[in-house]
Formats: sequence, C-alpha cells, structure tokens
Amino acid sequence: MASRRKVWGIKSGSGWGLRGFAAGAGAWTNVKTCFIAGWLTVSFVAVGLQPAPAAGPAANPYALATPPQPLNRIDELVFARLTELGIPPANPSTDPVFLRRAYLDVIGTLPTMEEAREFLLDRNPGKRGELIDRLLERNEFTDYRAMKWCEVLRVKAEFPINLWPNAVQAYHRWIRTGLRDNVPYDRLARELLTANGSNFRVPPVNFFRALQGQEPEALAAAVALTFMGERFDEWPDERRAGMAAFFANVGFKSTAEWKEEIVYFDPGATNANLLAGAREATFPDGAHVWLCADKDPREVFADWLIRSDNPWFARVVANRIWAWLLGRGIVHEPDDFRPDNPSSNPALLDFLAAELVRSHYDLKSLYRLILNSQTYQLASVPASDDPRGEANFAAYPLRRLEAEVLIDALCQVSGTTEKYESPIPEPFTFIPEGTRAIALADGSITSPFLELFGRPPRDTGLMSERNNEPTTAQRLHLLNSSHVQRKLEQSPRLRALVNFRGTPQQVVTRVYLTLLSRFPTQAELQAVQDYLRNGPRQRGAAATDVIWALINSAEFLYRH
Amino acid sequence: MNVKPDSPAAESLPGRLGITRREAIRRGLSGAAGLALAGPLTGAKAASGAAKAKSVIQIWMWGGPAHLDTFDPKPEAGPAYCGPFTKPIATNIEGIRICELLPLLAKQADKYSILRGLTHGINGHETASYLVQTGREPGDGQVYPAVGAVVSHFRGYGAGYQGLIPPYVVLTEPQGRFSEAGFLGSRHKPFATGGDPSKTPFVVEGVVAQGITDERQHTRRELLHRLDTLALTMKGDPRLAALGQTEGQAYDLILGDAGKVFDLGTETDAMRERYGRSRFGQSCLVARRLVERGVPYVTINYKGWDTHKQHFQAMRRMLPELDRGLATLLEDLSERGLLNSTLVWWQGEFGRTPKVQTEAPWNGGRGHWGKAFCGVLAGGGFKGGQVVGATDDRGEEVGERPIYPPDLIGSIYTQLGIDPEATLPHPQGLEVRVTPPIGPKSKRGGLLSEIMESLP
Repeated sequence: MASRRKVWGIKSGSGWGLRGFAAGAGAWTNVKTCFIAGWLTVSFVAVGLQPAPAAGPAANPYALATPPQPLNRIDELVFARLTELGIPPANPSTDPVFLRRAYLDVIGTLPTMEEAREFLLDRNPGKRGELIDRLLERNEFTDYRAMKWCEVLRVKAEFPINLWPNAVQAYHRWIRTGLRDNVPYDRLARELLTANGSNFRVPPVNFFRALQGQEPEALAAAVALTFMGERFDEWPDERRAGMAAFFANVGFKSTAEWKEEIVYFDPGATNANLLAGAREATFPDGAHVWLCADKDPREVFADWLIRSDNPWFARVVANRIWAWLLGRGIVHEPDDFRPDNPSSNPALLDFLAAELVRSHYDLKSLYRLILNSQTYQLASVPASDDPRGEANFAAYPLRRLEAEVLIDALCQVSGTTEKYESPIPEPFTFIPEGTRAIALADGSITSPFLELFGRPPRDTGLMSERNNEPTTAQRLHLLNSSHVQRKLEQSPRLRALVNFRGTPQQVVTRVYLTLLSRFPTQAELQAVQDYLRNGPRQRGAAATDVIWALINSAEFLYRH
Repeated sequence: MNVKPDSPAAESLPGRLGITRREAIRRGLSGAAGLALAGPLTGAKAASGAAKAKSVIQIWMWGGPAHLDTFDPKPEAGPAYCGPFTKPIATNIEGIRICELLPLLAKQADKYSILRGLTHGINGHETASYLVQTGREPGDGQVYPAVGAVVSHFRGYGAGYQGLIPPYVVLTEPQGRFSEAGFLGSRHKPFATGGDPSKTPFVVEGVVAQGITDERQHTRRELLHRLDTLALTMKGDPRLAALGQTEGQAYDLILGDAGKVFDLGTETDAMRERYGRSRFGQSCLVARRLVERGVPYVTINYKGWDTHKQHFQAMRRMLPELDRGLATLLEDLSERGLLNSTLVWWQGEFGRTPKVQTEAPWNGGRGHWGKAFCGVLAGGGFKGGQVVGATDDRGEEVGERPIYPPDLIGSIYTQLGIDPEATLPHPQGLEVRVTPPIGPKSKRGGLLSEIMESLP
C-alpha cells in the first residue's frame, strides 16, 4: 500500500476528493468480487472479448472476432452493395467501442466511468438498443443536434452574418426547442420558410436574416442549400430565376428597438419589380406556377417542398443525419446533390427517406433506426483496404473529435471548465461558467481552442466549413500547451482518480474507464506500471504523464 | 502631397508611355496590362516573382491609433484637436514632424515612410480590420484571407519555405474575430504564440512548456507510443499516419533547435533593454529573430489603442513603449542588413476622431475615424524619409492622394513579388484575385509608386 502511494505521488492521508466518488465506490462493491476472483479474466469476458487463444493474432479491444450479421433493412441494403462490390465489411465493434461511439455521436459527450462500467458489465443482450433509447432522451442530444443545425442555419451574431446577440439567442432557443420536442421536420422547415415578424419575437424569421445578402437570389440560394442540398450558384440562369421568384416578396424593416428587424410578406416589395408583369415562378423540378398577389409565394414554395413525393426534401435531411452519424453522406458532400454526383447506394437513401416520410418526419426515429443497424455498429478496423469501402460504409470511419466535443471531453475528464466570451456588445452575451462548447448558441463566441481545432465559421452553411484535419499547431497544443497541462495537473478529479485506494490494477482500470471507456489490456497495465516505477520521480508527474499519454492517444482523439 | 519639397517624389514616374502609374490605374488599366503600362517597376517581373521583401513584420495597432497623436500631428489646429500634444518634434528628415512622444522614432525617419492619405470611411472595428487586412468590404458571401495568409500561401509551405516554425506567426494573441485565413483554410491560419515574451521563459503555447524537462518530454513520448493501442492496431491507416506526422513535427519544435528562436535568454541584456522590457518591445525582438530565420510573415498584435476615454493618459503611457520598440526594431534590422529584405508595416484599422471628444461620457477621448488615418512602411523595397498623401488642416479628410486599403496591400504584395492580380485557390473553384477588381465598392488611389523601389 505504502509503495503504491509513493508511486502515484499521494500525500499520505490527504483524502483528496474521494467524496466525488462515493457513489461510484458504492457501485464498485458490486463487482469487487470479480476482482477477487481474478480481475482480468472476468472483466474481459464481461466486455465481450474472447480470451487470447480463441481470438488469434488479430485480437484487439476494438473488433469482435465474429462476422457481422444484418440487424435491420439498412444492413441488408449496405451488405448487398458490399457483396456486389466484393468488399467484406468490418467485424462488429466490441461493447466498449460501441458505447464510446454512441455517446460521442448521439450526445457529443464521453461516458463517465460509472456509465462505462455499468454498460460493460451488463449482461443483457439487448443493452445496445436500450443505451440508444436512453441517449436519445438526454439533454445533450438536443444540445449537440442544435449545434449542428446552427451550423447549417448559420447562427452567428457577428460578421459576415450579423444576426446580433439577441436574435442569436432567440433563434438558437427556437431551434433547440423544436429539436427537443421532436417537432416533425416538415413543420420546422415550413416555419423557417414562411415565418413573418420580429427577429426577436418570431425566431424562425432569422432564417432569411442569417445571410450575407438579402436579394431574392441570395434567399433562394440559402433555401436550395439548406433543404435541397443543392448549390444554387451552379444552376443555369433560368432555373435560378424561376426559384428566386418565390423569394421576391420578402420584406425587411427595422424598428425603433436596437437591431430589431421585421421580416414580412411584402406584396409591393421593391424587388418585386424585378418580376414586373411576370408573376410566374418555376419550381426547381421545372413545374410552373402562377403566383397570386395576395398569397406569400414562400408558402407556395414551402408546400411544394414538403410534399411527401418531393425528390429532395426527405432525402437531403436523411442523408445529412446519416453523414453526421457515419462521417460521410450516401450522397457526398451532403450539401452537393446534383445529377452528376450520384448516391453511392440509391436504394439505401430511398429507404431512409421513405422511413422518414412514413414516420411523419420524426427525426429521432431516424436516428434510432440508423444507430440500431449493424452498419453503424461495425468496427473501425476495416476488413479490406479496398478504397471503395469508405463510400460504401464497409467500416465505421475514424474521425477526429470536433473542436467542441474535444474541449468538452477534456473538461469532463479533468473536471475543469472553459471560459467563453463574446466581444459583441448590445447586449454582451453572458455565458455562465461551465457552459459546454456544444451548447454555445453563437458561432462568434471567442475561443482560441475552438478556432485552432477547426470549428466552422458558420459563414455559408456548407458542411465542409468544419475542418477536422490534424495540424501541427493542434498537436503542439495537446502535447505541450500550458492550457492542457494545467487541466491535467490541477484537476481535483484526476487527482482523486489516481489516488483511489485500491490495487494498482483497480486504479489503472478506473483511469482507463474514465478516459477510454474500456478496461485496460494486459499489455497496457504492464506499460503503465513500468512507467510508474521508472518514470519521472517528481511527485505526481508519472501519473500525470499516464493521463497525458491517454488523452493524446488516437483512441481518445478519434471517434472509432 | 506632403512630400519633402525636393525629394524625387513620385508623381512623375519614368513612364515610357508618358503617363503616371496612378493615371494608368485611374484609367482603369487594371491587371497585368495596367501594371505594365504604369511603369517598369512591376508588371511582368512581379508576376514572375522578383521580390524586394522576403519577410513582413506587421505591427497591428489593434483598436485604431490616433493619427493626430502619432505620425500626423496638427499643432496648428489648436488644443481642441491636438489636446496637450502641441509641440511635434522634428525628425532626421527635414520637413517631417511627428508626435513629441516619439523621439526615438524621430531619429529613424530616414528608414520609414509615413502614409498620411489612408482612408476607407468605415468606423466599425470588425469591418475596418477586415477591409484593411484583406482589401475587401464584406458582403459578397466570401470570407477573404488576410495578407498574412496570402503570404503564407505564396511564400510558405508548398512554395519553398522549409522552416519548422509556421510561415505565419502571431505575437502573441490572435485577432480571432474572424478566420484570418478565410477561404484559404486552416493551413494558412496564423500560429499564435500566446505567452508573454517579456517574461522568462517566454511560454510559447505548445512549444515551450514550463516545468517539463527535455528528459521527461522524451520518456513520456515513449509512453504515449506504448499506450497508443488504436494507432498500433491500425498501423498503416492514412488518417492515423497524418496524425503521426503532426506529432513528429510537433516534437521537432518542442525538442529540436527550431523552437529556440523563442528563447530570448540567448540575447544580451543590453539588446533586451534596447527594445524595452514591455510585451510589445520584446515582441519586436522576437519578430526580428523570426525573420532572421526566414519566417515570411510575423504579426505583432498590439492591443490597447481603442482609447475612447482617458485617451491622453493612455498615450503618455503607451507611446514611449511604442517608440522604443519600433525605433529599435528598425535600427536593429538595419544594422543587421535585414531591413532591405524585411518589410515593416505599422497600422491599425482606422484613425481616431481628430476633434477631442470632451463631452460625457468620453471626457477627453477620441472615437473611431475611418475617413483619414495614417500608417508607416519601412524596408522591404519601400523608400524611407517620405510622406505619401496628406490630411487637411484638422486631420479630418484626406487630400488629393488618397490611399485605399487595396492600394496599400497591393503595394506590399508587389514588393514581396506576389502579383496583385494572381489567382488564389478557392474551395468552390471561384476565380478570386489577390486584390479585388476596381469598382464602386473598391476605390483606388493607385499603388504606392512614390515610395516603391524598383524590383531587380
């Protein structure tokens, strides 16, 4: 005992932060017997890993040794395509991989040590589906989805969008509430397209304000990108003009209140004279319509858009959600639908769109459908290096955590917070200490970390704005910055973790569950113990280095 | 024009076609044709990459410094305009006077030229900062790269630069108000050092960690490699290989020689004193060390110039610091033979209200003034001892030689050997030039031919 304390650099009897783990320690006693009986064997069986001899040389903590089986219609369609191409799918992921992935993809949040342990030791065969159901009810699911939609909708106070802080807050809240209440997507879209009123009081009117231009063509371009996944600029002139006509009667006027703006149907809008005489508009599918002066043409367009047989509407949103979960659209990029950019699996996209329409545009149920598929649950270790595997979902693609999720994860494991602020006045945005980055409403909140790690500027609504490419500057920051080092060294949570009173194995296990959501392998246990014996002598330094190494590992930094 | 009467100033260029450069540009002869017509200085040679300047040190006067209290004093306008600074001092160039609180810079005036005709008319910080540093007004749906990112594109990795220090460095805090790299993407974002070079050690975020020995850096890196189970399992995966490459480069900076550029302990105490022990002064010293090692673009973001209140108190505090740092930088670069190849650009986003705002709540402050302001260019192919453009008697309007942001940055690009008409890579394939086309929203007074040395 004494020697363990010395190794971890504990001040004897200091009682650091054990309080925070009282609940965890209670749960721990349930499995204590496992450890007495032979900790390693039991825990590996519990997490679904085969003992080494059975698994063969390929055994790793990430992929099961058994081949994948279709679990729903998605898998039939994906596997059929893979068979056609002669690409074997990856093996299914192990429980810890699925657990971490589902948390990160659904709620943008790491599982806690307790959540990880509970799930891994649960022997219920239906536990993955149950976990998905639980995650879909979490508040963070709403926060995280709102963040993604705010990127698509360009929710940003400042240049070059200039929504200003009050409108940003109102708009973000409206988006978040709609997602929380699972308002059918066709209704959300219709409100965004047709709302009239003050940007403070009728938040969806901000859809037409969150743009760099207010001409009919600029409005139509935003609609085409958001709901049809098409790049308006690449359309022929005639098609552009036909669609712009639906947005030629959107009026904007300011009020006596600072930065308030009314968006309204203006039959006599000055820009309507662009159409002088010609009250005809053309839908993007080529159908003509005559607009009558007393009806807002935006409504005519919205009603066309959300019809169940519209070839864009359901497909585009289903493809977006697929891309958010699987790292790549069935049509890729998800906002570049065009005839010469074919879908990699048309039957799959048709099926997802049909399911969405059938469920009356219930977005949450689409998440559930995808998350429960074997395709989503495949390991990230591919079974083939065929380059076509990626576009056909033969394995779950490795992706670096987004800037917001990464800083939240670092804060969570270390129990620290970040300070976010906005330089934009009237009024200044108050951001309470401890606010998660995924919950920030405003894309112009100042944060060097988020900038460095490629947060999208929210200037265009293009999904390619987000940059997840690794850079040397990012690596320097994670490996060697005072910002990260301070989080690790001064974290009461991490100190409590490494000072836990138990065997070295138990301590290392808790560290692994907290940071990587899994139990350590034998080789990892050995490596950690070697380092604690032979690493730096400075008090606490070796333990800090172990945590430092884990947060800098590919496994921590990448969805896998 | 407010040039020294007998200086060989600028207006009449040796134009073979008998028209001045400015005229050529005024006549709308933009593009390579216009430049070639405008004189033998630029044109095809610039396009082929001949350059005077190898590096730029941009001193960004964040917040907008008062032109009347720096390089465009107006003592004759009376105390309602010039406040307590009624006695501008002579410089070592006859006929040029600057603020009395800049005596060291007064001795270096032969090394720099003052731009007194700067104008754009924008009074909002963000828009003005964007316009001054990208040459563009916002609103056409694009976010354009700032000068540093453009230089990083043309002179950084992929264009011959091999250094481990990123080609675009910011001392110490990034402006961060919008992506400085614009559509060029994060490869061209500046590397912001963080930390404070006036402290020891200068903790450059990511490069210099306090309290971690090199030995520990080595041992914990080995530990990371042993514990990196996913990377070991997926050896050969191209995404993880890219991550591994960034790690290698990071450690070259952390443990290799490249990172030592930030170690001011290797400078003598006398040199550190000369620059002043302020954050700004020591930033100037670091900037000199960076350009010595070939870094093409260094920005010093110098905060504190948005002086709406207590303006003159702030000037008394800050101008001596500016004076010492900038004057020493120019002198030191010159002594080391680096000034010819290093372009020093001093400017903020706008000037400040010429008439002192005595009313509440300002009580003796100065507001934003985009109609007229000043800047300084030195070295890197720009002549010293000149003044370009002039404001009226009260510093409120610019006279006959206006200098718009694209004029200034176009001149900088030219002296760097970057054709202002060159095309930038655009993610959606749009054709975008380094500087914008002339139009109603993008006026021109012409390149700064008055002070541009001819290219080799």
